[in-house]
Order: sequence, then C-alpha cells, then structure tokens
Amino acid sequence: MSVAPPTTITYREAMREAIREALASDERVFLMGEDVGAYGGCFGVSRGLLDEFGPERIRDTPLSESAFVGAGIGAAMGGMRPIVEVMTVNFCLLALDQIMNNAATISHMSGGQFQVPLVIRMTTGGGRQVAAQHSHSLEGWLAHIPGLKLLAPATIGDARGMLAPALADPNPVLIFEHAGLYNLEGELPDDPAPVDIEHAAVRRAGSDVTLIAYGGTVPTALRAAEELAEGAGLDAEVVDLRALRPLDDRTVIGSVSRTRRAVIIDEGWRSGSLAAEVSARIMEQAFYELDAPVARVCSAELPMPYARHLEEAALPSAATVVAEVRRLVGANA
Amino acid sequence: MSAPPSIDREHGLHLLREMLRVRRFEEKCVELYSAAKIRGFMHLYIGEEAVAVGAMGALAPDDAIVATYREHAHALLRGVPAGAVMAEMYGRVEGCSRGRGGSMHLFDAATRFYGGNAIVGGGLPLAVGLALADKLQERSRVTACFFGDGAVAEGEFHECMNLAALWSLPVLFLCENNRYAMGTAIERHESQTDLALKAASYEMTAWTVDGMDVLAVEEAARRALGEVRDGVRPVFLELRTYRFRAHSMYDPELYRSKEEVERYRRRDPIDALIGRLRGEGLLDDGDLEAIEAAVAQEIEESIAFAEAGSLEPVEDLERFIYAEAAPA
Repeated sequence: MSVAPPTTITYREAMREAIREALASDERVFLMGEDVGAYGGCFGVSRGLLDEFGPERIRDTPLSESAFVGAGIGAAMGGMRPIVEVMTVNFCLLALDQIMNNAATISHMSGGQFQVPLVIRMTTGGGRQVAAQHSHSLEGWLAHIPGLKLLAPATIGDARGMLAPALADPNPVLIFEHAGLYNLEGELPDDPAPVDIEHAAVRRAGSDVTLIAYGGTVPTALRAAEELAEGAGLDAEVVDLRALRPLDDRTVIGSVSRTRRAVIIDEGWRSGSLAAEVSARIMEQAFYELDAPVARVCSAELPMPYARHLEEAALPSAATVVAEVRRLVGANA
Repeated sequence: MSAPPSIDREHGLHLLREMLRVRRFEEKCVELYSAAKIRGFMHLYIGEEAVAVGAMGALAPDDAIVATYREHAHALLRGVPAGAVMAEMYGRVEGCSRGRGGSMHLFDAATRFYGGNAIVGGGLPLAVGLALADKLQERSRVTACFFGDGAVAEGEFHECMNLAALWSLPVLFLCENNRYAMGTAIERHESQTDLALKAASYEMTAWTVDGMDVLAVEEAARRALGEVRDGVRPVFLELRTYRFRAHSMYDPELYRSKEEVERYRRRDPIDALIGRLRGEGLLDDGDLEAIEAAVAQEIEESIAFAEAGSLEPVEDLERFIYAEAAPA
C-alpha cells in the first residue's frame, strides 16, 4: 500500500481544510462568527468557504458574542453541529456567561438529559504587538471549568486533525489557535490519519529534562531544546500537552519520571496558571522522582505592552527556557 | 334572554384548573420550604399564573420551552409530572434533573423543556440557537422563551432581539413584566418602560398584553404563534403582570408597599377568572370544589412521590459533567 506523498501547507490552511472537510461530510455542521464569511475570517482561516458553502453554513454574525455563542449552544442542543469562531480569546470574555453557565453546566444540571456538542474556536496569544486587550492567553482560566474540553493544536497535523474528533465529541470543545502559529508551514500527508484528542504527545525525545508546553509555546520549547543540545549538551524532551482539559497526566508524569526535571512553558500569567496546575500534578504524582524543583516559564504578570522590546521581555522565550534549564541542572550538577 | 357565554365552559374550567394547579403547588412549596424539605433559592410565580397558563396552552407538543429560575409553573403546565418537579426540589434522584438542578433548573427532554436558567437573560441565546437549528433543519417548530422585565436591561436581551429578527428565527419571546427586577422597580431600571416598543425597534412584531387576564394571554399567544409559524420570524409579547410574593424566600420586601401589593391582589388572575365564569353561569361551587380536590390530590401525590424518593449515591457525584452517551 502506497503512502500519499506529503504536501507542504500552513497551519491556517490545515485548519481551513479541517473545516471544509467537516462541512462537506456532515450537513449538520456550520460555521458562524464575526467576519467568517465575506471577510474570510479575521485571520484568513475561512477564506473561500463562503463561496463554496453559502451564507447559511458560513454565517457572518453581528458583534454579539454572547448571543452567537449561546445560539451555538442552542443549535447544538437542537441537533446541529456548530463551529463557532470567537475571533480572539479576549472577545470570549463577552460570552463567558454562555460558555460557563450554559455550555459547561447543562449536561450535569439536567441530570444528563441534554448535551452540547459544540465546537468553539478562538485565536489566542501574544507576540504581534497588539497590546493589552488582544494578546491574552486565557486557556488556564477556561481550563478551570468542569464540563468543557480544551484543545490546543500546536502542529500542522493537529490543526488538520483535531476538528473532526472535536465535532464528534458530545461535549463542548474549545479549540485554541495561537496567532503566531497560523503561518507555520509543515508537511501533511494528502490523506492524514485521524488524531486522538485525549493525549499529550512527546514532540522530541530526551533524557535530561522535560519541557512541557502547549499551543504557541511548543515551538518555543522545541527551539530551546535545540539550543540546549547544541550549547550545553543537554538532551531535552518536549511534551506538547495538546488537551488542556482534561489533562493527560500519564504522559507528563511518565516523561518527568524519566528525565527527573520539568520546566513548564505557558504563555498565561504565572499566578493561577495552567502551568501551576501541571506543576501541582507533578508534585502530587512524581515528587520522589524529581531531581530538582519544577520550574515555570510564564508571561510576565502585566497587561501586554505594545512596544516590541517590552512585549518580547514579557513573553516566554527560548532563551529564558534555556536559562531555566541550565539553572535546574546546575543546581543538581 | 341572557347573552351567550364568551368562553367555552370546558375550556374555562381547564384554564382555571391549570392556574389552581400552579397556585396550590407553590403554596405547598412554601410550607415545605418552611419545613426545610426544600432548600436553596426558590422563586414563586404566585400572581403571574395567567401568563404561563395562557401561553403554554397555545404551544404545540414539539415546540421548545426556555424558561427562567421562576419556572415551576412552566414545567408543570408543560406536562413535567408534578412528582418529578417536587422530587427535584427535594433533591431526589427521581427529580426531573436527578436532584442536580433544584428549583431553578428544572429540565425535561421528553417535553422539550430546556430548563430554568438562573442567569437573568441567559436563556435567550439558547432559544435563538434552538430556533436556528429548527430553521436550518426546515422544521416548523417554535421556541418559546420566557424571561422577566429585568432581562430587558441585559446586553444578551438586545443581542438576541437583533439576532432573532435579523435571521428571521421562529422564537416567541414572552416577557413576563412583573414590574420588578428582583427589588428594583421598572421605572428605576428602564429608561423606556414600554418594553414592546423596545422589541419593536428591532423590526419585530411586538405588543403588550394584560398578563392578569388568562384569556387575553391565550388569545395573544395564539395570534403570536401563528405569526411566528407562518412568517418564520420572531414575535415579542410583553405580558404585564405582578408577583404577589417576595422575589425569593430570602426577600424581606423592603422595596414596595403593602398597599401596592394589595392593589394588585385585587386583580388576582384566578379570582378574575372565577368571577367571570360565575358571572356567565359556567361555574358553581361544586365545580370549584371538584377542581380544588383534584388539584390537592395531585399535589399530595407529588409530595408522597418526593418523600419516597431516593438519594443519588455519592459515588455518582461526578456523573453527567460530560456526556455519557453520544447525542442523537
């Protein structure tokens, strides 16, 4: 059996292909959100889909996040499989009531009678000099909420492969697309295999330290791992969390138990972050396997500044990850 | 020779029976709350019965209902068994939400009852979405969405009026204007107190109805539903009513006078219907006694059902957070 030759595409195109496939294969699926149609999506993800599928299924909405996210919940309960695009994670704050009080609660609150098979996609993250109100990473906040599932595709394969299983899931699934990843290029087989949406993935095998990342910090972790290999002879393992709720403890604990050191890289603010949760789980489940305290590289705790040098200083970087690993290893050398 | 009766006797008695079911059920709930059988927040509909009775009777079995935290009446009238509602308030697994919802979160898939929602205005987007699903799947169902005057000040209200009208969705918006957003009088929370006028500004058919007159509500609901179904577009009804009891069991009612409450009590929708039926010779003491007896029996049976109910095993605490079966 011959394997289809790989094609080079961008993360954005992979996402678009996933949406196109979902629309083509299930008539219950539709996409709605601000500027997903005529504009082609704020980040260009849905460009061309309006012409292909028409305005009923590529549905531009007014700037009414609460109404259209809630309408997605209602439509899901009414038998559709909506993909709701919230332009950026900061706008989801205007729909938090619907996400938290309806999407996340209705299954439990109704004693299991109703389900919300809804997918909400949103762009997340900083690094584009768009300042304090458009640079958030609120995955950690949303990962706090029982009843939701959260995914963070960090690779071309996951951008292409996570949507179908998310739509097949009977629960509300939030997909976070880091803005810095849209132009990422990579190879994808013409007929990509389905991906699982439950497990973390080891993106680079290593033995000296585990770098735990998700979404936009996965490339940062991989860069840091290369620098560590070249500059310090240290062999870092990179774990991509992929699923932020529920978390796949087993992959994380398995890796940390082998490498005995962990650095968590999280673009969220440090206090009360997803990194804090992962750190706590390592303490709970692998304390005696550790050779050093768990370390975190997070965003500085301030509203994101506009000026490029300040923003760079505020965000996790490969250099800070490298420095943190050197510190950990040095402390135990 | 007297004029012919303005309503069919059987129908008149039916409406009276439905209003009394709700009234007596909730009066019993107060007793049970005082006896600590029911806990948590509990909001009574007493005084507003004509709204739900008039509107609910006009809906078809496959229409959907989205209600608020003041939804005992809507659940009972929709056909959720009284025992399942009472057992829910008792926190029993036999309750219509397995004891996980309580008074404010009654759900019932069998009757398409999409719940009590405790966030003011929070049910409106759901109703818009249910109607969108019907429209996209070319079903002729309607979603009836109940909410209070307090919801009109929420952003979600305005977003949903706009979206429902813009997309021509089959939603019947039923605004139960009881004049108070919890304890804040409508004159103190709305710059424009004509709520139908607000809805009309979204290019939606909207009018105001005397919500203390069950026949007027029923007639308006029928007409509105006809327009929603035939035109596939939303309609808004402002039903002017009044809550005789406190907002919830915790409310000391410092914000309104006893005289005001008394003034509205003189317009009790149940007394009004009884007066009308008697005046037209359609109701006698025997009829009323028979209705009261049947209602009392239903309520006693619901309490017996709840008392005999069981508690969900604590081992099942974390069930239903995520779906246990794939959706249909």
